[in-house]
Order: sequence, then structure tokens, then C-alpha cells
Amino acid sequence: MLLDIRDLKIEARAEAGWTPILHGVDLAVDRGEVVGLIGESGAGKSTLGLAAMGYAAPGLRFAGGSVRFDGTDLLALPEARRAGFRGRRIAYVAQSAAASFNPAWRLIEQFCEGPAIHRTASRAEAEAFARQLYAQMSLPEPDRFGLRFPHQVSGGQLQRAMVAMAMACRPDLIVFDEPTTALDVTTQIGVLAAIRQAVEGFGAAAIYITHDLAVVAQMADRIKVMRHGREVEEAPTRQMMAAPREDYTRSLWAVREFRRPARELPGGAPLIRVAGVTAGYGAKTVLEDVDFAVPKGATVAVVGESGSGKSTTARVITGLLPPQAGRVELDGQALPPRLADRSRDQLRMVQMIYQMADTALNPRQTIRQILSRPLAFYLGLTGRAREERLHQLMDQIELEPGRFLDRRPSELSGGQKQRIGIARALAADPRFIICDEVTSALDQLVAEGILRLLSRLQDEQGLSYMFITHDIETVRAIADEVVVMRHGRVMDRGPRAQVMDPPRHDYTRQLLASVPQPDPDWLTRRIAEGVR
Amino acid sequence: MSGGAARSRPLRRMIGLRLGIGLLTLFLISVLVFLAVALLPGDIAQQILGQSATPETVAAFRRELGLDQPLPQRYLGWILGILQGDFGNSLANGRPVADLLAARLGNTLFLAGYAAAIAVPLSVLLGLLAALWRGSWFDRGVNVVSLSAISFPEFFIAYILMFWLSIRLGWFPSMADPGAAPSLAEMLGRAFLPAVTLVLVVTAHMMRMTRAAVVNVLGAPYVAMARLKGASRWRIVTRHALPNALAPIINVIALNIAWLITGVVIVEVVFVYPGLGQLMVDSVTNRDMPVVQACALIFAAVYILLNITADVLAIATNPRLLHPR
Repeated sequence: MLLDIRDLKIEARAEAGWTPILHGVDLAVDRGEVVGLIGESGAGKSTLGLAAMGYAAPGLRFAGGSVRFDGTDLLALPEARRAGFRGRRIAYVAQSAAASFNPAWRLIEQFCEGPAIHRTASRAEAEAFARQLYAQMSLPEPDRFGLRFPHQVSGGQLQRAMVAMAMACRPDLIVFDEPTTALDVTTQIGVLAAIRQAVEGFGAAAIYITHDLAVVAQMADRIKVMRHGREVEEAPTRQMMAAPREDYTRSLWAVREFRRPARELPGGAPLIRVAGVTAGYGAKTVLEDVDFAVPKGATVAVVGESGSGKSTTARVITGLLPPQAGRVELDGQALPPRLADRSRDQLRMVQMIYQMADTALNPRQTIRQILSRPLAFYLGLTGRAREERLHQLMDQIELEPGRFLDRRPSELSGGQKQRIGIARALAADPRFIICDEVTSALDQLVAEGILRLLSRLQDEQGLSYMFITHDIETVRAIADEVVVMRHGRVMDRGPRAQVMDPPRHDYTRQLLASVPQPDPDWLTRRIAEGVR
Repeated sequence: MSGGAARSRPLRRMIGLRLGIGLLTLFLISVLVFLAVALLPGDIAQQILGQSATPETVAAFRRELGLDQPLPQRYLGWILGILQGDFGNSLANGRPVADLLAARLGNTLFLAGYAAAIAVPLSVLLGLLAALWRGSWFDRGVNVVSLSAISFPEFFIAYILMFWLSIRLGWFPSMADPGAAPSLAEMLGRAFLPAVTLVLVVTAHMMRMTRAAVVNVLGAPYVAMARLKGASRWRIVTRHALPNALAPIINVIALNIAWLITGVVIVEVVFVYPGLGQLMVDSVTNRDMPVVQACALIFAAVYILLNITADVLAIATNPRLLHPR
């Protein structure tokens, strides 16, 4: 057994003393084996993955158990000896390569750091190995790629460079901590292929941490499901995919099946029309001749990879970015291009919900203050009328007014915060809401709750949504119409079934084909088909 | 490599721009200094010659000084002279101001350089160690000692040092005039006490900024990554954190060096050190306006130049600006 973690307990520093976050977990990894760890955020997956390196993040401590790596208990070693294992025998690939590469160093310097610290190779050997790996991972100009700084490289390339860096000392075990979570599906598939190749090519064992079931099905030989710092169940991948034992596991599997029921749209003229919009920042054009409409009471999903212009379209509609050409119409009337020129009523009609509820809510204000502001600003509500409306809003987002109104955002969970973001948009009594990746930062179960809530509110209040997302499953779950964007242009648009089932446009086909499927053979097939 | 020239162009443009703004600032300051001196109450010629001088002598002296000409013309004459290296003549002793300044500026730069050569490496090292062992007794000890040093007035530190190291132990002279010393070693010995006083005053500021900037960076994911690559803590602090924390540190160092050149009057007076600060104080007392103006202009130039240097260095250490996409 290469790695044998027994009854591992880890505690986090809390206000009073220490609270356990891993309650005695076992994890065994054989040589050359890939074990997937899956679960919601807060399940302790990353903590367990880092513990495999004998590392506890600042604020955490080991409280019991053992981490045996190749026969040595890492927890019994002094820190300096543990450092001798890290990078050399056990390597780590982080979620955000952009944050995990030192911005002041060239990529090749960072690659060669491990071999230099552990003296596993000379500088020339390390550089040659780096170039070889860069080439294997299909990075551009592999001989010169390492001379770049992290900011000069795209996200997908950087993530592949990090996989290459993890291989620098030819480790026996690699911990992959959500390595593709931050990437677009079209980029993700290339990184997944690179990881598969690295692990198989070097015979390394791996721990693959993710919350994406379809991804872990591609990568892992065995899957361990975790929740609240405990193991839920563990089984070989195919067995786990076909027949999960535990209810919790089945609920994870089931999330992907939410579809809003079919319904009739009121019809008539569209509520929002984006007509021939061209926009950009300075000399750089980001949107070119973008054209689509949002029918009354409908949800239009705008999909595309990052950089496709989805969020810029939202900025044009809200008036944050006046377009260089074209116009935006609300109910047949052209909206003034600049935010400052719009009337309060026009502002009220168009509201927005953001991806990061964390940063979109003022941390110093209570929920009551956050929600009262739009009520006072747009509707002039005060006193009892405002209080009544506050309670009504809280009921609508299914949070108890008495419990939550006087809390601050930091006292709420991620899903609750996003609900407050929705309530804030609703408070203005809008007709159109732009949802910018509102579920991307949330766990699947929580995200599903948000989608159900938004669907219900739409049915009750006849709202129109523009749903910006890169997640195809979300599109399938809620969209009436779909706009596919790429490089600032609309590739295809229309009713969901026409655009997606089956995909009508080449790019839509590519996008859909890049979405990982729970079928464990999916990636193998895609690689065989020559996808990069 | 064809990209090299294109890449360094923004940096070169930036340096050019900063230098241009610096020159403009210097010009404005020269106007301000000139006006401030010119608008001082009282007649310089009268004051120098004394109350007993006849009106004719005063008028003649005024003509000689050019005080009878209109302000713009006087300013123009002064600034054009400076551009050619002529700062005018001292009113006190008639010697060219440039000669007076040269010796004094040399002494001031020597003392500032001496103090900086000790204080900058010392405070950066202490700051790094405090960041490395943050929360430890060392961190707290360094903080307490350096804060105490900065909290005492300079003259107090100066007299304490003088009392112990000079009067009681006799190791260093209490009067510090390096200009008279024959060798560098002798000069360093004579200027030791003022230099140490200055070091004690400036170290706390730079040390604390180094510590804060490095600690700030230590929370970054790439620092955790470095630990997971097996890097030692010292390596993480010096190789991973420091390069990303340089900008604020450089700025504080520049400000402190500028202070070492322009703000050390008290220390110079205590140790009777013949520096620029003392010259300026003496000249103000003597109403030796050409010298006062020249000193003020030099101090301003030092500040501007050091700040430009800090800005450029701070930008040059940021790879995003130095190597655009």
C-alpha cells in the first residue's frame, strides 16, 4: 500500500477551542491507483487530500490517526523531514493555477524549483524534462513556453503547466484538488486528457478531488464519497456509478435530473431586445453585432466559454457599458445607453443577481439593511409597509424573516446568501432579472434549490430571466430559449430544443460534446476521437 | 529577440514620463522657494548692513544684489544661473554658494549613505525574520525595541549614545567632522555616532513595512503551493514572498533615505556635523538667502529623484508591467 491513512482526525480553530472537521477517516491508495474523493464543499475532501502530504492548512491541526506513506508515518516526522516528501514523492495540483503560480517567477523556474530543492535532477535535466512534458501536454512552443510568466498564459494552459510541474520530481502520488473546476468545459477536456496521460504515462498514483461526479467517473479507479468530514461510502468506480448504496450518494447522482416542467409562455412582443449591439473596452471590441430577444415570462440562457462576451452583454443591458453601436429595448422602448441617463423606473425594471453572493453583499450591513435599500430607493417604502414587504420577500425566498433579517451575510451559508441576492433583486419589483452564473459557486444540491426557487418565482410573478451560464446542465434545467456565444458573436439562438437537441450549430455540438458524462468511458472515447 | 525592444518600451516611456513630471514639480518648487524668500518681510540689504548704514550704501548694495529689479527678472536670472551651475554668492561671506554646498552636500550624502547602508539591510532582514517567526518572542521583541527607538526624540538617543560610547567609554568622538579625517576608516569612525542614531530612528519604519508586506503575501495560494513543493520556510519568505512584496518596501526605503538626506538637522547639530541641514539652519539665522534657496532646491530635488526611483523600481519588480502579455 503506497498511502494508508487510518482514523485521521483534523480540527479547526474556532472561537472557543477546536472543532473537529475530519472525524476519523481512512483512505488507502495503491501504487498506480487513482482514488476519487467526491462531496459537497465543507465535506473535508481537500483537507483529507492535503493530509496525505502531511500538511494541515493554517488554522487546522492533526488531532489523531496516522498518515503512512510508503511505510513512514508522516505525522510522526518533524516538519523538515515531511518537507522532504512534498513535491518529491507526493505532489499537489491546486484548483486555481492562476493563484498558485508565483506571479514573479517564470514558469520554468517554478518547474525547476522542486528538482532543485530535492536535488533530484540537475538544472539542465529538469529543464529538458519540462520541455518534454510541455510538449506532451500540447502546450504551445514547448521549448519556449517555460520562459513565460503566469499572467502571459491562458487558464487552461496554466492548469496543464501545473500538472507538468507536479511531475517534475516524478512523484509516486499526486493530489489533484479540483484541478478543472475553474475551467470552461471546452478547456476542461484538454486538461483532463493531460492529467490522464500524466498519471498513466508515469504510473503515478493519484487522489482526485472534485465535486463533479461525471469528472471523477472519468479519472478514478475507486470513488470515496464524503460528507461533513466523514466517509459516506467507497466502491470501485463502475460499481459506484451503477449502484450507489447510500441515500446521500443517490441524492448526489439525482441532482442532474432537475428539469422545470414544460409550460406555456404568454407570447406577444418581447420584453427585452438586444439589437445589433457592438461594444468593447477602449479599442478592444468584445461584442460584435449581438442580436437576441427575451420574451415575456421566459428564461433565455446565454451560454459560451469565458471570454465569449456573456457578461459584457449583461453590462450593456444594465447600462454599465454603453455600446458603440446598436441599442437595447425594454418593452419596445429604447433604453438610454448610459446608466446615468436612465430613469429610476427604467433602473427598477432591470435587476441583476451575481455569481459571488459573498462579494455582492455588503458584509457590514444586516440583511434588513441590504433589502431595505431597494425598497426605499425604488418604491419609497418606509415604516410598516417596508417591514411587511421585507417579511413577504423573506417568505418568497424561503428564509424565516425572524431568524435572518438581523443577521449579517457572514452568518449565512452560500446558498442562503444567494437567496438574499435574489430577494434584493425582487425587492425592486423588476420585470427582468439578469442571473450571472448564479449557481456556479454553489454545491449541486444547493444550486438545484436556487434553480427551483427562481423557476417558482418566475411562474408566480411572470418575470423574464437572462441566465448567463457555462453549465449546460443548468441550461437544460431551466432555459426556454438559448443564445450560444463565442468570441463576442452569437453563434446560434432559438428555442432550446431547436438549438441543442440535437445541436444545430457546429460550435454548439463541440460545446455539448465537451460536457463530461457520468459514463466512465466517456473521456477515453473522446480522446480516441482526438479531442484536445 | 524582436519582442525585447517592444517589451521594454512601456517601462522606458514610464520612466520618461515620471522624469518629466519630476522636472515640472522641481520647477514649481523653485518658483515657490523663490517667492517665499522674496516675500519675507524686511529688507535683506538693510538687515545685512545694519541700522547704521546710510540710505546710499543700502541702495548701492541693493543694486549689487539685483534687488532693485522686478521679481520675474530676478527669478529668471537666478534659475538660469542654477541651470549653468551658478547658485550665486553667499551674502555672509561672499563665497560662491556652489562651493559651500559641495563640501556640505558631500558630508550629508556620506552620513546618509553610511546610515542607509546599515539601516536598509538590517531592517529588511529583521522584517523578514519577524515575518518568518511571526507571533514568536523574536517578532515581539524586535517590534518593541524598534518602536521604542522610534518613540524617543532623536536628540535624546543622540545624547544617550554620546554619553555612553563617547564620554564614558571613549570609543567614538562626540564631535563628528569626517571631512577632516584622512582615511575612510577614520571617517566612518568619526561619523559612527550620528550614523547609529539615524539607524535607530529609521529602522522601525522600514522593518515594520517589510514585515507587513511579506506577511500580507504569505497568505497567497502560491505560498501554500511552495510549501507543498517542499520549500523551506526561509526559502518561502525570501524567494516567494519577498519578490511580490517589494513595491511597498521600496517606497518606504526611498522615503527614509530621503529623510536621511533632508531631515537630519537635529542630529547634525547635536554632533556638530558639518552637513547641509546645519548649513541651511545657519543660513536662515544669517539671512543668507542664496544659500537657503539653494539648500531648499537641493532637498526638493532629492525627494523627487528618490520618489521617482522608488516608483520605477516598484514597477520594474512587477512582471505584469515589465512583461505584458
